[in-house]
Amino acid sequence: MELLLVSLLNGLVYGMLLFMLASGLTLIFSMMGVLNFAHASIYMLGAYFAYDVSRHIGFWPALVVAPVLCGGLGALIEMYGLRRVHRNGHIAELLFTFGLAFIIEKAVQMIWGLLPVPYRVPAALDHTLFHVYGTNFPAYRGFMLLVSALMFLAIWLMLTRTRMGLVIQAALTHPEMVGALGHNVPRVFTTVFAGGCALAGLAGVIGGNYLVTEPSMAFTMGPIVFVVVVFGGLGSLAGCFIASLIMGFVQTFAVVLEYSLADALAAIGIKVSDATALGEVLTIPLPRIGALLPFVMLILILLFRPRGLMGTRDT
Amino acid sequence: MSEILAHPGARPVPTTGAAAFARRHGPWFLALAVALALPWLFYDWSRARHSGFVVAMLSQMSMMAIFALSYNMQMGQAGLLSFGHAVFFGLGGYCTAHALNAVKGGSFWLPTELVPLVGGVGGLVFAIVFGYVATKQRATAFAMITLGIGELVTACALMFHTFFGGEGGVSTNRMIGTSLLGWSYGPSIQVYYLIVAWTAIAVALMMLLTRTPLGRMANACRDNFERAQFVGYDPSIVRFFQFALSGFFAGIAGGLYTLTYEIVTFDTVAGAMSANALLMTYIGGVGAFAGPVLGAVLIVLLQSWVSLLSNSWLVYVGVLFIVMVTFAPGGIAGILLMHEPLWRAGRLGRLAVPYARLLAPGVIAVAGFVLLVELCSFLTIGAAQGKAFKLSGLTIDPQHPGAWLIGALLLGAGGLVLWREGRRFRAAWEALVEEIKAGARA
Amino acid sequence: MSEAAIRLSDVHKSFGPTPIIMGVSLDITRGERHAIIGPNGAGKTTLFNLISGRLPLSRGRIELDGQAIDGLPAHRINRLGLSRSFQITSIFPRMTVFENVRCGLLWSMGYRYSFWHLLGRESRLNAAAEQLLADVNLESRRDLPAGLLSYAEQRALEIGITIAGGARTVLLDEPTAGMSRSEANHAVALIRRVTEGKTLVMVEHDMSVVFDLADVVTVLVYGQVIASGPPAEIRASRAVQDAYLGTAAH
Repeated sequence: MELLLVSLLNGLVYGMLLFMLASGLTLIFSMMGVLNFAHASIYMLGAYFAYDVSRHIGFWPALVVAPVLCGGLGALIEMYGLRRVHRNGHIAELLFTFGLAFIIEKAVQMIWGLLPVPYRVPAALDHTLFHVYGTNFPAYRGFMLLVSALMFLAIWLMLTRTRMGLVIQAALTHPEMVGALGHNVPRVFTTVFAGGCALAGLAGVIGGNYLVTEPSMAFTMGPIVFVVVVFGGLGSLAGCFIASLIMGFVQTFAVVLEYSLADALAAIGIKVSDATALGEVLTIPLPRIGALLPFVMLILILLFRPRGLMGTRDT
Repeated sequence: MSEILAHPGARPVPTTGAAAFARRHGPWFLALAVALALPWLFYDWSRARHSGFVVAMLSQMSMMAIFALSYNMQMGQAGLLSFGHAVFFGLGGYCTAHALNAVKGGSFWLPTELVPLVGGVGGLVFAIVFGYVATKQRATAFAMITLGIGELVTACALMFHTFFGGEGGVSTNRMIGTSLLGWSYGPSIQVYYLIVAWTAIAVALMMLLTRTPLGRMANACRDNFERAQFVGYDPSIVRFFQFALSGFFAGIAGGLYTLTYEIVTFDTVAGAMSANALLMTYIGGVGAFAGPVLGAVLIVLLQSWVSLLSNSWLVYVGVLFIVMVTFAPGGIAGILLMHEPLWRAGRLGRLAVPYARLLAPGVIAVAGFVLLVELCSFLTIGAAQGKAFKLSGLTIDPQHPGAWLIGALLLGAGGLVLWREGRRFRAAWEALVEEIKAGARA
Repeated sequence: MSEAAIRLSDVHKSFGPTPIIMGVSLDITRGERHAIIGPNGAGKTTLFNLISGRLPLSRGRIELDGQAIDGLPAHRINRLGLSRSFQITSIFPRMTVFENVRCGLLWSMGYRYSFWHLLGRESRLNAAAEQLLADVNLESRRDLPAGLLSYAEQRALEIGITIAGGARTVLLDEPTAGMSRSEANHAVALIRRVTEGKTLVMVEHDMSVVFDLADVVTVLVYGQVIASGPPAEIRASRAVQDAYLGTAAH
């Protein structure tokens, strides 16, 4: 019971972090048709910027400065990079963002070094919030939940209550039509792209000290975020939210459940040992194959339901 | 463009007979001769042995050429963007390693010369399995699923021991004593000759494939999905076949890898290797058959030499890639091919001066950029490794602002002049093209 | 009585809540030249898309030579003997004109997904492709990349690819759109020649082409057939004049 509750909470925290990243990516992908490979790289930059800012000024300013920097960078990339490459087609855009991700990783290695940087949780939040059956629930995780919930609320309000938000919603499912109606689609695109990057940056600020801040974090987090986006489906933020939570729970529970396929088979009376064919695959416990699970999910969903959970368009 | 080709002053192009064959395939035979001869240029006569460095680099180039060409079967010819091509390279390598160990252990007999074929078959089988799932999808979903498969296989390669040997990989020994030529394959030059032979075979086969119904329909599906359906073809099956065959050739490259290095680890299936295929193929040029070969040669060259001098050679590759994506989507081969009409019309010499004007600011801008990158790198990575920034005898201190200013100045000034000269170059180019067109109409 | 090459039975098509085709029943007799006309937005191209398998039906049945084809994928319908051209020219722009036509022949000549035949050596295939090029008067353009042809030439090429596979039923979607008078006349002569003995269904806006070429004319307005018959009958019909053709000003 204790394990269940603790894992649920941890899964929720991780899932909300994933949602921060995936929501920006889904918006960009659904509207502009660009799969932004560099999205997780911006997340990484957010963490590194926050690290630098909190070293010199403090954590709380970093919470604002880092996302703004990332948003600005996103705007520059969209206006001077993507827009130029756009006329060469979708594949060229994908390759461009891929190249960008590549360069950002190398640049980070050059500027901050190859090893993880000591980006720590601020002292003010470094205590226990409450106890769950004897385990501590750190205040910082509560803070993360708060920030992600506030951000979710802000996005929802912006999308449903403001004019720009309505245009974005329309452009999510019918981009050409929105342009035909006379809205300044390039400006909308730049805004969404920059906004998505700012969100990724914010995720980096609060995630960077929760997880490790190192140059490879973009390429470890990136694929998982893609899986979430595909799983949730194009054109649907609600689907993205559900998919993020599911992924958060799957990855958290996988680590704590020490079972394997062999155990499941034993429950119905089939004995598996190391010597049986594929024995190695069947006896490996869940925590060890945790890294595999997102990709198994990706392949399954693309096989059986290419639209994703709640997608309105085919990928 | 057609008018340029039809220009009366254009050099006549033979289309039949031996002359045509020589013209079309001559460069390949030349390349083969060069490949065979090159190690001897660096042969150390006094000690009667080959330069290990050169032979290793040339071997790598050939392997990567096959790998990149196989990738282009998907990217350039079928319009498929895959982020997991290394899977077939690596799995081919693993299969070959196990086969070599089995032959050594006496389970069956296989001549050493045919060992890469095991890799090919392994690559083919896995490509059929994964391709069945992947090729049902369109564009972006296909890219994602290949990414997922790549990550999946990499994770498996780290986890499972029976087939993959876990983190340590699978070691093997290529001296299995079953050579048809009586060679031991101990010396790396012998392995090199085997690699060159297989490269020639692979290149020839892949080239012939482009002239088959499947090859042509792959192009057709790339160009116009719908029209391909309305000439009776199921585009996803066309893609499936193309995908499977490209896995076969990637597997051959993987087999050659195993023979050369005698160990296969998870990085042969990892994302970095897939990215490598993408970079080599794209930079070389997806539109021309030989493009990926150019890309492979260039990248391996950079990898072998620049990586000795600098930690940041990947940054240069990345920047080169992005510049290509933005300004020259046809790659190096594309740029070269753009010059063909001018060469035919005998006007190529007129570009000598405009190119020369680009050269000076170009070199300065690049020098400035390299300086800044290296300064950055030495500031962090170099310092951690205890290396100092030495340039032809001079030690440059990255902490000192002076070097940074010089770098910024070179990049800025060079870049601005380059921009201006670039405009002028473009005008000169267009004037030439107009001139040729006018001449054709006259 | 000739059998129907294409039979549409109470065909309906809606995009979401919007109905486009509202109960069309139509028989196209084997061997006839059938034109479908109507104002813009009537659903003519949608009808083509439904027949050729590009779009799924909402309700109803479509039969080709007596066999139900609704729900089949486009390439299967093509293999059953139906071919089409598109409103927006659809060819293979990066391949040469010759290769374009040759691609159209591959499946019907049995090559399937072969990766062991070298196309250069397939004399029967290449001869057939040359013949096809001659039929559409594009021999002089043989080795040009198709994307470089003039508009009218591309339309001719498209017709060539469409008939290459030997389909017995040919759908042409606005084949003379965007052409000058003389180009259109050439196109009509070409179409008449190459569809000899086949069933032809075409969507057209150019009335002179319609009355020149067609044996039967069907008028489609707002997703429904309001008239169907020989050209003279249609021209004289009051209902059609009101809906579409208009009366000549005196």
